[in-house]
Amino acid sequence: MLLTVRIAAISAAIVAVAATSSAALAQKKYDTGASDTEIKIGNIMPYSGPASAYGVIGKTEEAYFRMINDQGGINGRKVNFVSYDDAYSPPKAVEQVRKLVESDEVLAVFNPLGTPSNTAIQKYLNSKKIPQLFVATGATKWNDPKNFPWTIGWQPSYQSEAQIYAKWLMKEKPDAKIAILYQNDDFGKDYLKGTKDGFGAKASSAIIMEESYEVSEPSIDGHIVKIKAANPDVLLIYTTPKFGAQTIKKTAELGWKPLQIITNVSISVGSVMQPAGFDNAQNVLSAAYAKDGSDPQWANDPGMKKWNAFLDKYMPGVDKTDNGVVYGYGAAQTLAKVLEMCGDDLTRANVMKQAASLKDFAPDTLLPGVKINTSATDFAPIAQLQMQRFKGQKWELFGEIISGDVPSE
Amino acid sequence: MSAAEEVVTEAPAVEAVPKRAMTLGYGTSLAVLAALILIPLFVKNFIIFQMTMLLIYGLAVLALNILTGGSGQFSLGQSAFYAVGAYTSAILMEHAGMNYALTLPIAGLICFGFGFLFGQPALRLSGVYLALATFALATAMPQLLKLGYFEHWTGGVQGLVVTKPDAPFGLPMGQDMWLYYFTLAVSIAIYVASVNLLRSRSGRAFMAIRDNEIAASAMGVDVALYKTLAFGVSAGITGVAGGLGAIAVQFVAPDGYTITLAISLFLGMVVGGVGWLPGSIVGSAFIIFVPNIAESISKGLSGAVFGVLLFLVIFLVPHGARQVAIVAQQLIAKLKKN
Repeated sequence: MLLTVRIAAISAAIVAVAATSSAALAQKKYDTGASDTEIKIGNIMPYSGPASAYGVIGKTEEAYFRMINDQGGINGRKVNFVSYDDAYSPPKAVEQVRKLVESDEVLAVFNPLGTPSNTAIQKYLNSKKIPQLFVATGATKWNDPKNFPWTIGWQPSYQSEAQIYAKWLMKEKPDAKIAILYQNDDFGKDYLKGTKDGFGAKASSAIIMEESYEVSEPSIDGHIVKIKAANPDVLLIYTTPKFGAQTIKKTAELGWKPLQIITNVSISVGSVMQPAGFDNAQNVLSAAYAKDGSDPQWANDPGMKKWNAFLDKYMPGVDKTDNGVVYGYGAAQTLAKVLEMCGDDLTRANVMKQAASLKDFAPDTLLPGVKINTSATDFAPIAQLQMQRFKGQKWELFGEIISGDVPSE
Repeated sequence: MSAAEEVVTEAPAVEAVPKRAMTLGYGTSLAVLAALILIPLFVKNFIIFQMTMLLIYGLAVLALNILTGGSGQFSLGQSAFYAVGAYTSAILMEHAGMNYALTLPIAGLICFGFGFLFGQPALRLSGVYLALATFALATAMPQLLKLGYFEHWTGGVQGLVVTKPDAPFGLPMGQDMWLYYFTLAVSIAIYVASVNLLRSRSGRAFMAIRDNEIAASAMGVDVALYKTLAFGVSAGITGVAGGLGAIAVQFVAPDGYTITLAISLFLGMVVGGVGWLPGSIVGSAFIIFVPNIAESISKGLSGAVFGVLLFLVIFLVPHGARQVAIVAQQLIAKLKKN
């Protein structure tokens, strides 16, 4: 009898000890790449090669985490941001990501840039159960939590943006004859598909011309002349910045005044509107989700003040008109928020869980009203845009924030 | 005939390499082989993957070496053959469900045919003109792969994702290690075959054409046939390398096979030593690892650092790894004497 009581007491004590120690363990949990003092985050960027202009995004992110570390890190841990060059080449991307995972042993891969590079590493990262966080591409396929639970997007997808334009046109200009100029790659084709999906059954009658160009062409003037000959009254410009500026300029030179809508990728005041000529760019339409660093209307915006202070201290001399600086800041801030939410549970599973639990998060650089929302079934963090019109030397927002969620396929 | 005169007076495009100097000594070969077999047993999977890529690019450089070092023809279009090989393997594996090992000979054969056909018009061109014609091929290829007509098979701009094979017969090794040894076996087979090819009648014909086309045809070498044949063989080997590359990277997309790849391979050949087959693997190591070294020196100026390193190599050892090997050999001989 006494014996059983004693056994019961001992086992109760053991259970109690086990419970407290497991509670203590639950407070701090780490996977490879995280410890009491450090969180290791990997990244790949095209610092060289055809897309090297985007390299500034990686540099901004690196500087952002330097600032975070100077402020004491995240929950007391420093962020070690390891970024490699993939030269925008898929085989190189695979090599560098494997280096990050197997040699540097990072906790997660954050904001890798480019649709081809991300496609190349997606299967590998998912099979190793390593978060592929906030990929820097607007392709629609990243919102696919069922098949790729370790991959999550960040910016609005090209297709959802195009759908917003189609919806707006159907409402405002129902009888428009529309011509589309698009870049002959995944980027341009995603926009084309989104526009057609947005018009639905009306697509074949509303869109009278689809003209594509190759990114390697030096000038697209010939395409504009060809489009003008078909005499549409709306021109959708689905181009990268250089060609966007050329299009706006050439249309004006031809004395042609269609309603022009230009993709969000090419809305930089400094690198598109100014080279195109402010006079030529009047009344061009677009949609935006982030603030423009060179736009004076944000001079007194608290978020952009923080952004400016950050640039002055950590990236002195950087070109503030470069949209990549705005982009990198917003993406890095989102990651910092996720890591903060993880608390002391820095396992890969929890990082992914927290990345999919963002509620109404508004980074400093996003437009007022645009908020990041994710859930276990919604891996498209930013899905809202607002229409804007170019007036004078800046974009003027109008209308309300439009949601353009494209369901995962 | 002025064209004939031009050929005679023109300095030989590639310096003549005696055929015995094309290979390594027996002992050295065995040492390299032993290293290639043993190292993967002790390193991380990531290093094994890099070594696999080393062998794959090594094969592609070897193929170019047969063409340029063997038959004296230039090509800046190897990326096109590499892409065709990669896509052939990827499409057969993903759409036809074929075994990965079987797709390689098919990729090789298709590329052989492709290269042989391309060799026909290339016959009329030599030197820089041939280099430009192949350059055109390399520039055209990524766009051809994006064409809407083929999109059903090629996946268009999105590319194709390839499944990595497991080790067969329940062998206790990971996918990376298995793929490495598989690639090693293929590479050794192709290397031995290439060495034998260059030592054979056909190889002598290649070299005769390289050294002096008119003399070769006077000796009864069918210049047209052997020139196109060299193109075919080179393209075929590049195709096999491309197929292996697709399996190792698990992904093919037009952006992976741009002119940059062709130039890298050309660079690898020059750094390894034109006409020296073992140099291929040194050249391949150069194009894989030196950009990484350059990046670790300076991220913002990685391109410039790479340029400086390349310049140093060309300036100090213009004949590439072959020169280094010869110097080393002489040193060893001297040490033995003492």
